[in-house]
Amino acid sequence: MPWALLKYGFSRRYPARVDIPPPQALRPSYDVVIIGGGGHGLAAAYYLAREHGIRKVAVLERGYVGGGNTGRNTTVIRSNYISPEAVRFYKKGVEMYQGLAGELGYNLLYSRRGQLTLAHTEASLRTFRLRAEVNRHLGVRSRMVDLEEIRDLVPCLNLSRRVRWPVLGGLWHADGGLARHDAVPWGYARRAVELGVEVHQRTEVTGILRSGNRVTGVSTSRGELSCGHVLQAVSGMSSVVAAMAGLRLPIRSFPLQAMVTQPVKPFLNPLVSSASLHAYVSQTARGELVIGGGSDPYSLYSTRSTLELKESLIAGVLGLFPFLHELRLVRQWAGITDMTPDYSPIMGHTPLEGYWLDAGWGTWGFKAIPVAGQSIAQAIATGRVPELIRPFALDRFYSFNLSNEAGATAASH
Amino acid sequence: MKVMTCPLNGPRNISEFLYLGELLEMPDAKACEDREWAEHVWFSENKAGVVREWWCHLPSSYWFIAERDTVSDRILKTYTVAEYFEKSGAAQSGAAGEAR
Ligand SMILES: Cc1cc2nc3c(=O)[nH]c(=O)nc-3n(C[C@H](O)[C@H](O)[C@H](O)COP(=O)(O)OP(=O)(O)OC[C@H]3O[C@@H](n4cnc5c(N)ncnc54)[C@H](O)[C@@H]3O)c2cc1C
Repeated sequence: MPWALLKYGFSRRYPARVDIPPPQALRPSYDVVIIGGGGHGLAAAYYLAREHGIRKVAVLERGYVGGGNTGRNTTVIRSNYISPEAVRFYKKGVEMYQGLAGELGYNLLYSRRGQLTLAHTEASLRTFRLRAEVNRHLGVRSRMVDLEEIRDLVPCLNLSRRVRWPVLGGLWHADGGLARHDAVPWGYARRAVELGVEVHQRTEVTGILRSGNRVTGVSTSRGELSCGHVLQAVSGMSSVVAAMAGLRLPIRSFPLQAMVTQPVKPFLNPLVSSASLHAYVSQTARGELVIGGGSDPYSLYSTRSTLELKESLIAGVLGLFPFLHELRLVRQWAGITDMTPDYSPIMGHTPLEGYWLDAGWGTWGFKAIPVAGQSIAQAIATGRVPELIRPFALDRFYSFNLSNEAGATAASH
Repeated sequence: MKVMTCPLNGPRNISEFLYLGELLEMPDAKACEDREWAEHVWFSENKAGVVREWWCHLPSSYWFIAERDTVSDRILKTYTVAEYFEKSGAAQSGAAGEAR
């Protein structure tokens, strides 16, 4: 046995599989250059190659694949938004997640748990009712639940009335779920590479080349290259990269913090969130509790963490599950989230021809990776922006036609 | 705990303050193009580096200006609105003043 192991260790067949090949030379030109090797950029690359036969595609990533927000997110996947355009869009996203592990041949640990959002005020109950109706109308499973049903769904939830914010009711979203954060960009990268896409890690885009009003290429830390189209998918750095293209965006960047406790026996199946307590919690397949909440109170490009925010998240979670007070935290971190005024993304054309945006994903973009990647790939390949993402065009800010999801997003992701 | 120095109240915990965003020159609403106005309302520089912003000390409702580095999370300077207008000579336009 030890001999066999040694022999295997030294044999050329080990490791058996290379998902993303080691660095190769950059070609002088590509059909499409994608800035950012997070879930969004890699999904777009995969769908360009897979559904449109566009394979001369380079994904340029300044760090490593999935090292941005995709690898830091708390993986809430849901479609219980409030505006019809958002519900339609995220519904497609949730449906794509359900079949994604099969399509990519990659274990994404996707699990449908249902999401329970709690109301502690009459105002929340009112918006929940509206969300439930809009959702149901568009075929998304959402409904109001009373305290009795909440007790059935999450028996250990603190439903006492003798707390600062007693639970009054909830919104139950049976389609809500979770997946393994890293596996999504890895799966897309692996399949995209198989189809001929190049993924260049440790390659930073430092400038956008243009001729008149058309993009012609990018300069990078490894030299210049030319291309027909550029897709910017750099959540957290959207304003900085857009400025290289001479564009300003309706985005402000804030840190978003999260943390994980030591693993414990499974006791919490659904995802639970509370906007009034500014916190949400879920239990992973490993038994850890993932805890998150709203963004930091002031804008910043640093992924530092703060005790104040961690304390407020913990206070929120202990309000819901007081018995967790003895658990220890094992990890905590932050990512930079690009917040739009209406908590909706920005996808599609920009004033610079050939320069496409997939930005403004704030605290809510993980669930949209498959649907955004597919939609933006279709837009680039055909030159026509699909109906599904037209409401999220940059132009909506010029016509004051915003798509307000603030109420259905804060602290729920 | 992060401490910010309020020009009126001195050093205080940053949780007592409200961040209100970049200090922007307001375009002339009557003369400017619609697109310019929309950008003023919604768009931001969102710079990675030193920025100048409106902040408010909530308990005393006192508005002032702060210069921060958004990469290192350092507060570089805080000063009164009057001081800003004296320095920039922007007082006559009233532009940033109205933004209060
Ligand atoms: C703590 C936290 C919790 C979250 N929770 C959820 C959640 O529960 N549900 C949900 O749906 N969403 C959630 N989100 C949001 C979600 O993570 C993001 O919206 C999503 O991952 C964005 O994916 P992306 O591919 O656009 O960005 P990223 O994964 O950040 O990828 C962008 C990449 O671009 C690279 N890059 C930047 N600048 C350059 C450059 N100049 N040149 C080359 N490369 C560059 C970066 O290194 C990065 O790897 C959360 C975010 C955070 C931070």
